[in-house]
Amino acid sequence: MSQNTLNIITLLIPALPLLGFFIHIFFKNKISEKLAGIHASMWVALSFVLSLVLFNQLQSVEVIHVQLCNWFSVGGLTIPFAFQIDHLSIIMMMVITGVGSLIHVYSIGYMHGDEGFNRFFSYLNLFIFFMLTLVMANNYILMFVGWEGVGLCSYLLIGFWYKNQEYNKAANKAFIMNRIGDLAMLFGLFLLFQYAGTLTFDGVNESVSRIVPDENMLTAITILLFIGACGKSAQLPLYTWLPDAMAGPTPVSALIHAATMVTAGIYMIVRSNLLFSLAPFTLEIIMVVGIVTAIFAGSIALKQNDIKKVLAYSTVSQLGLMFFAIGVGAYEAAMFHLITHAFFKALLFLSAGSVIHGLGGEQDIRKMGGLDKRMKITHWVFGFGVLAIMAVPPFSGFFSKDSILIAAYHISPVLWVIGLFAGLLTVYYMMRVYAVVFRGDERMSAEVSKHIHESPRVITTPLIVLTVLAIFGGLLNIPHLFGGNKMMMHYLSPVVPMDEKHMAMNTEIMLMIIASVAIFLTIYFAHLKYKIKKTVPEADAQITGFGKVLNHKYYIDELYNAIVVKPLNMFGNFLYKIIDLQVIDGFVNGTARFSAYCSSQLKNIQTGAVSFYLFAMALGMVGILLLIILM
Amino acid sequence: MDNTGALSEQMRAIPLENFIMLSLILFSIGVMGILMRRNLIVVFLSIELMLNSINLMAAAFSSYHNDPQGQAFVFFIMVVAAAEVAVGLAMLVMIYRNTKSIDINSLDKLKW
Amino acid sequence: MSEIFFYALSAIAIACSLLMLFQRNAMYSVLYLLVCFFAVAGLYIMLNAQFLAVVHIIVYAGAIMVLFLYVLMFLNLNTPAAFTKTNFLRMAAIMTGGSLFLLLFASFYKSELVEMPMPVTNTTGDVQTLGKVLFNEFLIPFELTSVLFLSAMVGVIIMNKKDKANG
Repeated sequence: MSQNTLNIITLLIPALPLLGFFIHIFFKNKISEKLAGIHASMWVALSFVLSLVLFNQLQSVEVIHVQLCNWFSVGGLTIPFAFQIDHLSIIMMMVITGVGSLIHVYSIGYMHGDEGFNRFFSYLNLFIFFMLTLVMANNYILMFVGWEGVGLCSYLLIGFWYKNQEYNKAANKAFIMNRIGDLAMLFGLFLLFQYAGTLTFDGVNESVSRIVPDENMLTAITILLFIGACGKSAQLPLYTWLPDAMAGPTPVSALIHAATMVTAGIYMIVRSNLLFSLAPFTLEIIMVVGIVTAIFAGSIALKQNDIKKVLAYSTVSQLGLMFFAIGVGAYEAAMFHLITHAFFKALLFLSAGSVIHGLGGEQDIRKMGGLDKRMKITHWVFGFGVLAIMAVPPFSGFFSKDSILIAAYHISPVLWVIGLFAGLLTVYYMMRVYAVVFRGDERMSAEVSKHIHESPRVITTPLIVLTVLAIFGGLLNIPHLFGGNKMMMHYLSPVVPMDEKHMAMNTEIMLMIIASVAIFLTIYFAHLKYKIKKTVPEADAQITGFGKVLNHKYYIDELYNAIVVKPLNMFGNFLYKIIDLQVIDGFVNGTARFSAYCSSQLKNIQTGAVSFYLFAMALGMVGILLLIILM
Repeated sequence: MDNTGALSEQMRAIPLENFIMLSLILFSIGVMGILMRRNLIVVFLSIELMLNSINLMAAAFSSYHNDPQGQAFVFFIMVVAAAEVAVGLAMLVMIYRNTKSIDINSLDKLKW
Repeated sequence: MSEIFFYALSAIAIACSLLMLFQRNAMYSVLYLLVCFFAVAGLYIMLNAQFLAVVHIIVYAGAIMVLFLYVLMFLNLNTPAAFTKTNFLRMAAIMTGGSLFLLLFASFYKSELVEMPMPVTNTTGDVQTLGKVLFNEFLIPFELTSVLFLSAMVGVIIMNKKDKANG
């Protein structure tokens, strides 16, 4: 295939969703719901097909560069508007467009009848465009454009039902939290430019390996970039926006807040792995933050009763695991888990959406139960999703989590135990959700119960496809142990340096067996509690002790409110009430009042009597003459 | 024309300053009149007096500088004065008809 | 000889204008100003500006002053008006006028006049010379004065006519 054709294909991949967005914007009221849904899905699906073509091409070529133009050039800084497709980007692109198009199709069914149907699809298309820009860019600035763009779409979609004030607040929260991270990231980019003199990925890699490393500088840069990633990928301490982001429609939660956007931070760090490898201190921080987030969010998920909230905290926890993997230097394991997570978390969210859809909008798991007979397909796909996320062999989650744990074991066995513990938390709360929602007695009201129905085919078809992916996604990177050859790891080797550590096969098998046994034991206990005993989570008021703390998410929101929001509000109030209303307004109004007073006094001079005016004129003449003579 | 020559011969004795002084005095008297009197007709007369003083000064400069343009200006000032008096007196008549008075203090509505 | 003429005419002009100011009866004021204008006309002749002198008498004495008298009689205002200003205002007026004079004098005193004796053969004030100037350089303004007069005429007529219609 000629270079020209490649260029066109590369450009078309982000351009098609953008085109879809513009069509939606310009013909918002003219196209019918059906047409809108179909063609929105079509653009993304076409992008997916083109990505596959590019993937095929990348077998022979290592990198595809497409330079569109020079975006801007200031002093020594030249930012090209250029795309760079390498093995890392293409994997991300396929995940985004693949999962994206499935979710588009799903949304046709899920959003059916919503008054903002066309608007919803225009946002989704715009999101896909920005996300593709993010992963295809060949420099940090263009990536940052995509980075901000997906933030914008996330904001728009969280606040999609903008008539609900709570949802708007959630959208604002997400946006503001992300701003904190983005600010840090921007500073990181400034420092990086100062350090490397360029901001293209190739240029940075080249100059970083050329210059003698300046440890402090590199640490500062990478920590700032990591804070940016924390904001986007919902890590401690900037994670609180993600659970609230569940206010958006469920497909949005699946696409943006589970499968793609929140993984942008992982992508960014893997993309700049050379920088991070040179800053071991940052890697340690990432590792600690990652594992703490994983356990922290996992423990919160144990006591949540909103099905989407559980999944949201699970997402935070899984993202924490990915950062943990990065921290221990296993970039390819992080990417691997990113992909499998995209599959099974999208699946879980979408089937949760199917449940919510079937129950007419109910999200509280205490009002569900016994759905396995009423919604058969949903029950099955959710079950497979749960198996995958619990890392039960041989589902996809098993392989990805295992590769993370193995990498952690290389650093220290203690880390392996902690990582396993985080994984067991996942097992427990997922089992709890599954059992409470699908097994046991029906606890919904009779009215709701009457209307329970399996979702239409347009919803179930994507679910089944995702189920297949969630089951077999692990095949991408089968370890040598099972006769695989770590396909993905080798595929990523041009971008991510491969440092395969060999360990004794016995150790590896041992670790796997211990992990699996622990997982099965946890499943058994959870099974015992929630399925056999049919325990139902208590009402909020009855929760006591540590459970209450978990139910209230460690009171982190309240803490942030007390230490950040309230002082800020007070400061704002001070500025508003004292500085603005009193000082500034006083000054401005005072000027006005002063001139009004002066003019009311001066007004008296204007008596209206002609003789007085004549006098004034004569005196004026005298004054002018006096001035002329004296000067 | 001999006559004129003789006259101007004698005029050399009178310096230009004298004419200027005279017109300044007349002008100031006009100003005083305007400020002092309440009778609108006298105020008008004072204005005429001021115009005249200016005319006199212009004519004097013109003659001493041997430039007829000054006198042409005096001519135009007279034209304007004539028109002004006509309109002014018409207004005065109107004022008298409306207020039954030509007191300048009756004109006290000239504000806002 | 001419000096005597000059000082006499000046004295008449100043005296008459002052008298005009202090008459209670407006009729006498008009007449005093008339005398003052005659004196000014004499000064014009001394300045060798015969044309101006003649025009001055015709316009001021013949037209404007007559118009004043006509209005006075028309309105029957010849009775001495009772209105006088307060003494304070009189003093203020005199002081203002006086200070204006002083200032004008001071500025005149400060300025340096180019010493320029009157030319021996002075024909600036001739009808001939002035006519040439008026009809060459000032032709358009001269013609426009007719428009000015016309508009003044129209204005005066309309003003008084409207009044009649109302009253």
